[in-house]
Formats: sequence, structure tokens, C-alpha cells
Amino acid sequence: MTDVVEAQAVAAGPDSAGAPPVDQRHRSDRRRSAIGIVGPIATFGVFVGVWYLMHYWALRALWDKPPFLVPAPHVVVKESFLDTERLTEMLRATRFTGYISLIGLGIAIVIGMLLAFAMAQAQWLERSVWPYLVALQAIPVIALTPLIGSIWGFGTVGRVVVCIIISMFPIVANTLFGLLSADRGQHDLFTLRGASRRTRMFRLQFPGALPAIFGGFRIAAGLSVIGAIVGELFFRRGEKGIGILLADYRSQNQVPEAYGAMIMAAVLGITLFALFGWVSHLVVGKWHESTRKTG
Amino acid sequence: MTRALSFRNVSMTFPDGTAALDDVSFDVGVGEFVTVVGPSGCGKSTLLRIASGLEHQSAGTVDVDRKNLGYVFQDATLLQWRTVRRNVALFAELDGLTPANRTQRVAETIDLVGLGGFEEKYPRQLSGGMKMRASLARALVMEPTMFLFDEPFGALDEINRERLNDELLALFTRSGFGSLFITHSIAEAVFLSTRVLVMSSRPGRIIGSFDVPFGYPRVPELRFEPAFGELAGAVSNTLRGAVAREVRQ
Repeated sequence: MTDVVEAQAVAAGPDSAGAPPVDQRHRSDRRRSAIGIVGPIATFGVFVGVWYLMHYWALRALWDKPPFLVPAPHVVVKESFLDTERLTEMLRATRFTGYISLIGLGIAIVIGMLLAFAMAQAQWLERSVWPYLVALQAIPVIALTPLIGSIWGFGTVGRVVVCIIISMFPIVANTLFGLLSADRGQHDLFTLRGASRRTRMFRLQFPGALPAIFGGFRIAAGLSVIGAIVGELFFRRGEKGIGILLADYRSQNQVPEAYGAMIMAAVLGITLFALFGWVSHLVVGKWHESTRKTG
Repeated sequence: MTRALSFRNVSMTFPDGTAALDDVSFDVGVGEFVTVVGPSGCGKSTLLRIASGLEHQSAGTVDVDRKNLGYVFQDATLLQWRTVRRNVALFAELDGLTPANRTQRVAETIDLVGLGGFEEKYPRQLSGGMKMRASLARALVMEPTMFLFDEPFGALDEINRERLNDELLALFTRSGFGSLFITHSIAEAVFLSTRVLVMSSRPGRIIGSFDVPFGYPRVPELRFEPAFGELAGAVSNTLRGAVAREVRQ
């Protein structure tokens, strides 16, 4: 709605060439919001449909495998979420995993951004650090978990370390990219006024980098959830997070519950992703073109 | 006439060997509006970058008071995260003006360029013409005595361009700053200036200088006067000569 108000204000201004007529905008806005509701519902319908198809037909017909490998959606919901005790168990585990990923993500954001700021200031540092960051990203974190576990233990700290390692790369990469992509003309403005490095960093490079930085946070949020779950799956010790539950259910052949745990993990990832999307919208939504309104 | 800007035998060769300027000399006096026309790529922008100190000439001397210099770029180069008001305040901020002092000046300047009512808009909400007005206001806010314009209206349609030409002249008549204006529109050059310089390319040399006899204020209808057309034709001939020479080489 605010979009339309702005469009009117601009249309009333001195140089309005190119702005579409207001009523036309109205109509396309309404169409867009209808698609905005129908689209996700239809996609969800297709998703559930394909799931049923797997259970009742595809597994047996295409791959000659028993249908219990992918239990029907309503069975998963019944076994995992309609049983109060089970649901409580899963919610508690999800909360714990969420807590681990948020701590890991928070620390990764602090370290990653400091690193990116330093790398933006000194090219030699950028050149020397980059290969190791890429290497850290390329090495499967599973390969490092035994080491991490033996140093930091298999509880909270070890899992947080896994989250940090797995989620730091996109934060550094996006922050650095954002800081270095300030327009040359805008840099000239600051040069003309003899601005210091600090002024340039905090009034030009940092604010300009915010959309890229938030993009990095969103990717990192999803990775951090993966990190927490991978840590749990591997460690299998300490407080029960959603990863440990998943491993438990699998080892006890509780297939529907295992799928329920996977859904919880997905919901956690989506929640963190959406949370950062929302914060990003609050911070840069007013001025950044590509931030679309969600919800 | 007091000099606001002076170039003496200025040459510029880039590290890759490209000769951008060759022995360029001219003055711009206070209250004088000098325009440089020339084929694209002839080093016109380099002229301004040297004048402002963004780049340093290979030879020759440049004399200008850089503290009182306004620079309007080809692109509006507004900071996307700042509103019009805070964009216009940028130089005042970087020059360390107190906030109280700033507010008044910024508000006045925004009114002056006709952006009143748009103070809280972000650049993405503005049309091309309005962005250029904001860019102009940002340069005006420190009341410079000498202005550098690098094809500021080149990206606008003709109607907007002429309107901004009229308004720029009104500002010029009012404040009497010195001005060095780059364009490749001959009509724009003749309409605005007290003097038009024609530049050749590779290397950039000044190959013609035309005094414009019309007084200020200038009305938009001046563009259709026979004398205007004659002068524009003369500038055009010199310019065409420069381009033809280049093609033959």
C-alpha cells in the first residue's frame, strides 16, 4: 500500500515522466497480492501430493522399495505432532538446537564481520586470508568433528564451534563484497572532501554494504542450523537436540518420527531465514530496491 | 576579472600511455560560465578531475581554490540509503558544519532547486531529473565560488534538460559563481555560457574559443534566435573539423 502512496507523490512532482498511471498500479498490486497467497498454497499442495505419490506408488513402482521408507504425510503428522508427549520432546529438542545455532551464528557474525572489515582495509590481508576461508568452506565439517569434539567436548561448546565454522564463510564473503563494491563516483565525493578512511568506511562503505551483509546473514542462518544438526548427529551425546532425536528415531526404526524431526529441523531453518529477512527489511527495506515486501 | 580557475600548459598522459590532454591553457573568471564541448573520449572529464584534484596532471600548473569548489558529476551519485535531505547535507557534514547551521542551509538549498516536499524521499523514489536536482543541491550547499559540471544533464530527456538549464542559469545569475561545464550538446553549451571552448580528441587540445555575446538573464526563447543558431553553427563547424581530423588519422 505504501508503494502506491509513494507513486502518487512522485507522480505529483515536477519530473514525473515514466511513472505508470496510478490506477493501473492499483490493479497490478491487487493481482500480485492474489498470486502471493495462491502461489505458496498451490506449491504446498504439490509438495504434499508428491509425498503421497512417493508412498503409495513411486517407491514400489519405480524403485521396487518398500513404502515404509517414506511414510504417508498424515501418518507422520499423527505420530510426531498429535502425540503430546512426542511433540513436547521434539519442541524441546528444536528449541535447544535453535539456541545452539543462534549462538553459533551470533559469534560467526561478530568474527566474520571483523575479519571482513580488516580485509577491506588491507589488500595483503585479503589475499592471505581468502584461501583459508575457502578451504574451511570446502572441507566437509564432518571431517573436523572428531577434533572439535575432543577439544571442546560434545556438549554445547563443541556444537557451537561447528556452527561457527560452517556459517562464517558467507558472512565474510558477503560483507567484504559489500564493503568493496561502493560506487567509484561515491568514493570520489568523499575524496573531494578529504574524508578519512574511517569516515569513508562508516558513512559510505558500511551503509552501502548492508543489503549484501544481510543477504550473507540469511544464508549463514540456514547453514548454522545445518551445523548444529550435523554436530549432534555426529556427537550423539549431551543434551538432546533435534539431530540427536533424529539419530535415535532412526536407530529404533521409528520412521514417521524421524520424518517429523526432519520437518522440525526444516521449520527451524525457515524461521531463522525469515527472521533475518524481516530484520533486513526493517533496516534497508526503505531504500534498497531489491527488498521485496514479504507477508 | 578575478580568476577562479586557471590551467597553464596542462598535459596529462595516463600510465598506459594514452595522452588525454596536451598543453591546455585557459582561465575561468569569477562570474564567468565556460563550457567545453568535444567528441566523447576527448579528455573533457579528465579536465575536471584534474581541476578538482581527483587526478594529478603530468605537466603544467592548475590554480584553483579547492576548498570552495563544487563538483556535479555525470551520474547523480546520491547515497541510496540517505534521504534527499541527508544527501544534500553530506558535504556540510563532511566539512564539519554544526548540525544547527546545517539544517537551515540544507532546507534553503532544497527549496532553491525545487525539491521542497521531497526531503524525506529516498533516491530510488526520484525521477532522473529530481536526482540531478538533489545532486546539484548537494554541491550548492557549501556555496562554492567555482563549479565543475561533468555533463550533469546528459542522461535526461530534452525537455528536462532544457528546464534544468534554465534553472541552473537562474542560480548562476543569482550567485555569480565561476563555472566550468562539460557537455557534448552544442545548444546547451551556447545557451549557458559566456564562453565556449572546443576540444579535439587524442590528445585533448583546445582548438577553438567562442565568446557568447548574449547577456543574462537568458530566456528559453533565445534558443530560437538567428544569432543563437549562427553561433551554434560556428561551434559545430569547428567541432566537426576536429572529428573529421580524427577519422582521417
